[in-house]
Amino acid sequence: MRQYPIDYGLVLSAVLFAIGMAGVFVRRNVIFVLLCIEIMLNAAGLAFVLGGARWGQADGQVMFIFILAMAAAEVSVGLALIMRMFHRFKSLDTNEIARMKG
Amino acid sequence: MVTVLFFVAGALAIVSTALAVTRPNAVHALLYLIVAILSLSVLFYLLGAPFAAALEVIVYAGAIVVLLLFVVMMLNLSHQSVAEERTLLKPSIWIGPGILAAVLLGALIALLSNGAPAGGDSIEGPAAVGTALFRPYLVGVEIASFLLISGVVGAYHLGRRLKEPRP
Repeated sequence: MRQYPIDYGLVLSAVLFAIGMAGVFVRRNVIFVLLCIEIMLNAAGLAFVLGGARWGQADGQVMFIFILAMAAAEVSVGLALIMRMFHRFKSLDTNEIARMKG
Repeated sequence: MVTVLFFVAGALAIVSTALAVTRPNAVHALLYLIVAILSLSVLFYLLGAPFAAALEVIVYAGAIVVLLLFVVMMLNLSHQSVAEERTLLKPSIWIGPGILAAVLLGALIALLSNGAPAGGDSIEGPAAVGTALFRPYLVGVEIASFLLISGVVGAYHLGRRLKEPRP
Protein backbone atom coordinates (compact mmCIF):
# COMPACT_ATOMS: atom_id res chain seq x y z
CA MET A 1 0.00 0.00 0.00
CA ARG A 2 2.87 2.37 0.77
CA GLN A 3 4.77 1.44 -2.35
CA TYR A 4 2.61 2.63 -5.14
CA PRO A 5 1.60 6.08 -3.86
CA ILE A 6 5.35 6.74 -3.92
CA ASP A 7 5.55 5.69 -7.57
CA TYR A 8 2.56 7.80 -8.53
CA GLY A 9 3.92 10.62 -6.41
CA LEU A 10 7.11 10.69 -8.46
CA VAL A 11 4.95 10.89 -11.60
CA LEU A 12 3.00 13.71 -9.97
CA SER A 13 6.18 15.60 -9.16
CA ALA A 14 7.37 15.17 -12.75
CA VAL A 15 4.02 16.46 -14.06
CA LEU A 16 4.16 19.52 -11.80
CA PHE A 17 7.74 20.22 -12.87
CA ALA A 18 6.72 19.92 -16.54
CA ILE A 19 3.83 22.35 -16.05
CA GLY A 20 6.16 24.86 -14.42
CA MET A 21 8.77 24.46 -17.17
CA ALA A 22 6.14 24.93 -19.88
CA GLY A 23 5.03 28.07 -18.07
CA VAL A 24 8.57 29.46 -18.07
CA PHE A 25 8.77 28.83 -21.81
CA VAL A 26 5.33 30.17 -22.71
CA ARG A 27 4.61 33.16 -20.47
CA ARG A 28 6.12 36.55 -21.28
CA ASN A 29 5.30 38.28 -17.99
CA VAL A 30 8.23 38.27 -15.54
CA ILE A 31 5.99 37.74 -12.52
CA PHE A 32 4.58 34.60 -14.15
CA VAL A 33 8.10 33.37 -14.90
CA LEU A 34 8.98 33.76 -11.21
CA LEU A 35 5.75 31.97 -10.24
CA CYS A 36 6.57 29.06 -12.55
CA ILE A 37 10.06 28.80 -11.03
CA GLU A 38 8.37 28.53 -7.63
CA ILE A 39 6.17 25.71 -9.01
CA MET A 40 9.25 23.86 -10.27
CA LEU A 41 11.02 24.23 -6.90
CA ASN A 42 7.88 22.94 -5.21
CA ALA A 43 7.86 19.87 -7.46
CA ALA A 44 11.51 19.20 -6.63
CA GLY A 45 10.73 19.49 -2.92
CA LEU A 46 7.87 17.02 -3.35
CA ALA A 47 10.30 14.54 -4.91
CA PHE A 48 12.68 14.94 -1.94
CA VAL A 49 9.92 14.41 0.62
CA LEU A 50 8.76 11.34 -1.33
CA GLY A 51 12.26 9.92 -1.20
CA GLY A 52 12.46 10.56 2.53
CA ALA A 53 9.10 8.87 3.08
CA ARG A 54 10.13 5.91 0.92
CA TRP A 55 13.26 5.17 2.96
CA GLY A 56 11.85 6.26 6.32
CA GLN A 57 14.51 8.91 6.87
CA ALA A 58 14.28 12.58 7.83
CA ASP A 59 16.86 13.60 5.19
CA GLY A 60 14.20 14.29 2.57
CA GLN A 61 12.57 16.88 4.79
CA VAL A 62 15.96 18.44 5.56
CA MET A 63 16.55 18.87 1.83
CA PHE A 64 13.04 20.32 1.52
CA ILE A 65 13.92 22.92 4.17
CA PHE A 66 17.06 23.86 2.20
CA ILE A 67 14.96 24.21 -0.97
CA LEU A 68 12.55 26.41 0.98
CA ALA A 69 15.36 28.71 2.15
CA MET A 70 16.73 28.90 -1.39
CA ALA A 71 13.26 29.73 -2.78
CA ALA A 72 12.79 32.49 -0.22
CA ALA A 73 16.14 34.11 -1.05
CA GLU A 74 15.52 33.72 -4.78
CA VAL A 75 12.06 35.28 -4.70
CA SER A 76 13.23 38.29 -2.67
CA VAL A 77 16.09 39.09 -5.06
CA GLY A 78 13.89 38.32 -8.07
CA LEU A 79 11.14 40.66 -6.94
CA ALA A 80 13.65 43.44 -6.31
CA LEU A 81 14.96 42.92 -9.85
CA ILE A 82 11.38 42.98 -11.21
CA MET A 83 10.68 46.30 -9.48
CA ARG A 84 13.92 47.75 -10.82
CA MET A 85 12.99 46.52 -14.30
CA PHE A 86 9.51 48.04 -14.05
CA HIS A 87 10.91 51.43 -13.05
CA ARG A 88 13.40 51.32 -15.90
CA PHE A 89 11.29 49.95 -18.78
CA LYS A 90 7.70 50.66 -17.54
CA SER A 91 6.81 47.10 -18.58
CA LEU A 92 6.96 43.54 -17.29
CA ASP A 93 7.45 41.96 -20.72
CA THR A 94 10.55 39.78 -21.03
CA ASN A 95 10.88 40.80 -24.67
CA GLU A 96 11.63 44.34 -23.48
CA ILE A 97 14.82 43.33 -21.71
CA ALA A 98 15.80 41.22 -24.71
CA ARG A 99 16.51 44.54 -26.44
CA MET A 100 18.90 45.62 -23.69
CA LYS A 101 22.31 46.18 -25.27
CA GLY A 102 25.45 46.15 -23.16
CA MET B 1 -8.30 5.64 2.55
CA VAL B 2 -4.88 7.26 2.50
CA THR B 3 -4.42 6.16 -1.10
CA VAL B 4 -7.72 7.72 -2.20
CA LEU B 5 -6.88 10.98 -0.44
CA PHE B 6 -3.43 10.92 -2.03
CA PHE B 7 -4.97 10.74 -5.50
CA VAL B 8 -7.54 13.45 -4.72
CA ALA B 9 -4.86 15.84 -3.45
CA GLY B 10 -2.56 14.99 -6.36
CA ALA B 11 -5.28 15.66 -8.94
CA LEU B 12 -6.07 18.96 -7.19
CA ALA B 13 -2.40 19.92 -7.27
CA ILE B 14 -2.15 19.26 -11.01
CA VAL B 15 -5.41 21.06 -11.87
CA SER B 16 -4.71 24.14 -9.77
CA THR B 17 -1.10 24.37 -10.96
CA ALA B 18 -2.21 24.20 -14.60
CA LEU B 19 -4.82 26.89 -13.93
CA ALA B 20 -2.23 29.04 -12.15
CA VAL B 21 0.11 28.89 -15.13
CA THR B 22 -2.58 29.68 -17.71
CA ARG B 23 -4.49 32.55 -16.04
CA PRO B 24 -3.99 35.93 -17.72
CA ASN B 25 -4.48 37.89 -14.49
CA ALA B 26 -1.65 37.61 -11.97
CA VAL B 27 -3.88 37.83 -8.90
CA HIS B 28 -6.08 34.94 -10.10
CA ALA B 29 -2.97 32.91 -10.84
CA LEU B 30 -1.67 33.53 -7.32
CA LEU B 31 -5.01 32.38 -5.86
CA TYR B 32 -4.72 29.12 -7.79
CA LEU B 33 -1.07 28.81 -6.72
CA ILE B 34 -2.18 29.03 -3.07
CA VAL B 35 -4.62 26.14 -3.67
CA ALA B 36 -1.81 24.14 -5.30
CA ILE B 37 0.45 24.80 -2.30
CA LEU B 38 -2.26 23.72 0.14
CA SER B 39 -2.84 20.47 -1.76
CA LEU B 40 0.91 19.79 -1.80
CA SER B 41 0.87 20.35 1.94
CA VAL B 42 -1.89 17.73 2.31
CA LEU B 43 0.29 15.39 0.22
CA PHE B 44 3.24 15.94 2.56
CA TYR B 45 1.00 15.22 5.54
CA LEU B 46 -0.20 12.00 3.92
CA LEU B 47 3.40 10.96 3.25
CA GLY B 48 4.24 11.15 6.94
CA ALA B 49 6.03 14.50 6.87
CA PRO B 50 3.93 16.82 9.09
CA PHE B 51 6.80 19.29 9.66
CA ALA B 52 7.31 19.77 5.92
CA ALA B 53 3.54 20.24 5.51
CA ALA B 54 3.48 22.99 8.15
CA LEU B 55 6.53 24.70 6.62
CA GLU B 56 4.94 24.54 3.17
CA VAL B 57 1.88 26.44 4.39
CA ILE B 58 3.80 28.92 6.56
CA VAL B 59 6.69 29.76 4.24
CA TYR B 60 5.21 29.29 0.75
CA ALA B 61 1.59 30.37 1.21
CA GLY B 62 2.33 32.73 4.08
CA ALA B 63 5.50 34.45 2.93
CA ILE B 64 6.47 33.84 -0.69
CA VAL B 65 3.04 34.14 -2.31
CA VAL B 66 2.20 37.16 -0.15
CA LEU B 67 5.47 38.78 -1.28
CA LEU B 68 4.55 38.12 -4.93
CA LEU B 69 1.07 39.53 -4.24
CA PHE B 70 2.57 42.70 -2.72
CA VAL B 71 4.64 43.33 -5.83
CA VAL B 72 1.68 42.65 -8.15
CA MET B 73 -0.42 45.11 -6.18
CA MET B 74 2.38 47.71 -6.17
CA LEU B 75 3.01 47.52 -9.90
CA ASN B 76 -0.59 47.29 -11.14
CA LEU B 77 -1.96 50.21 -9.17
CA SER B 78 -1.84 52.72 -12.01
CA HIS B 79 -4.77 52.53 -14.39
CA GLN B 80 -7.23 49.67 -14.19
CA SER B 81 -7.16 48.98 -10.46
CA VAL B 82 -10.70 50.17 -9.64
CA ALA B 83 -12.36 48.26 -12.47
CA GLU B 84 -10.15 45.32 -11.58
CA GLU B 85 -11.35 45.44 -8.01
CA ARG B 86 -14.96 45.50 -9.18
CA THR B 87 -14.50 42.43 -11.35
CA LEU B 88 -12.72 40.62 -8.51
CA LEU B 89 -15.88 40.73 -6.41
CA LYS B 90 -17.91 38.77 -8.97
CA PRO B 91 -18.53 35.12 -8.02
CA SER B 92 -17.26 33.86 -11.38
CA ILE B 93 -13.76 34.94 -10.35
CA TRP B 94 -13.43 33.30 -6.97
CA ILE B 95 -15.69 30.27 -7.57
CA GLY B 96 -12.86 28.21 -9.11
CA PRO B 97 -10.34 28.46 -6.26
CA GLY B 98 -13.25 28.23 -3.83
CA ILE B 99 -14.44 24.86 -5.17
CA LEU B 100 -10.90 23.46 -5.27
CA ALA B 101 -10.21 24.60 -1.72
CA ALA B 102 -13.54 23.12 -0.55
CA VAL B 103 -12.63 19.70 -2.00
CA LEU B 104 -9.28 19.94 -0.22
CA LEU B 105 -11.01 20.85 3.04
CA GLY B 106 -13.30 17.82 2.66
CA ALA B 107 -10.28 15.55 2.15
CA LEU B 108 -8.57 17.01 5.21
CA ILE B 109 -11.68 16.59 7.38
CA ALA B 110 -12.04 12.98 6.19
CA LEU B 111 -8.40 12.37 7.06
CA LEU B 112 -8.62 13.95 10.52
CA SER B 113 -11.93 12.25 11.43
CA ASN B 114 -10.37 8.94 10.43
CA GLY B 115 -8.13 9.23 13.48
CA ALA B 116 -4.88 8.71 11.62
CA PRO B 117 -2.50 11.58 12.41
CA ALA B 118 -0.43 11.02 9.31
CA GLY B 119 -0.59 8.25 6.77
CA GLY B 120 1.39 5.09 6.78
CA ASP B 121 3.93 3.40 8.95
CA SER B 122 6.84 5.83 9.00
CA ILE B 123 6.27 9.31 10.40
CA GLU B 124 9.23 11.64 10.69
CA GLY B 125 8.11 14.36 13.06
CA PRO B 126 9.77 17.70 13.81
CA ALA B 127 12.07 16.12 16.40
CA ALA B 128 13.64 13.73 13.89
CA VAL B 129 13.96 16.51 11.32
CA GLY B 130 15.57 18.86 13.83
CA THR B 131 18.04 16.21 14.94
CA ALA B 132 19.01 15.49 11.35
CA LEU B 133 19.20 19.21 10.55
CA PHE B 134 21.50 20.23 13.39
CA ARG B 135 23.74 17.15 13.58
CA PRO B 136 24.83 15.83 10.15
CA TYR B 137 23.57 18.80 8.13
CA LEU B 138 24.94 21.61 10.30
CA VAL B 139 27.25 22.88 7.56
CA GLY B 140 24.27 23.01 5.22
CA VAL B 141 22.37 25.14 7.73
CA GLU B 142 25.29 27.57 7.92
CA ILE B 143 25.50 27.79 4.12
CA ALA B 144 21.74 28.39 3.95
CA SER B 145 22.15 31.24 6.44
CA PHE B 146 24.87 32.76 4.19
CA LEU B 147 22.45 32.48 1.28
CA LEU B 148 19.61 34.13 3.20
CA ILE B 149 21.73 37.05 4.43
CA SER B 150 23.06 37.65 0.93
CA GLY B 151 19.48 37.51 -0.35
CA VAL B 152 18.43 40.17 2.16
CA VAL B 153 21.37 42.43 1.31
CA GLY B 154 20.85 41.93 -2.43
CA ALA B 155 17.13 42.68 -2.25
CA TYR B 156 17.83 45.83 -0.21
CA HIS B 157 20.50 46.97 -2.64
CA LEU B 158 18.40 46.33 -5.74
CA GLY B 159 15.16 47.65 -4.30
CA ARG B 160 16.42 51.02 -3.04
CA ARG B 161 15.15 54.22 -4.60
CA LEU B 162 17.33 55.79 -7.24
CA LYS B 163 18.18 59.44 -6.55
CA GLU B 164 17.60 60.62 -10.13
CA PRO B 165 14.84 58.70 -11.93
CA ARG B 166 16.12 58.20 -15.45
CA PRO B 167 13.83 59.40 -18.27
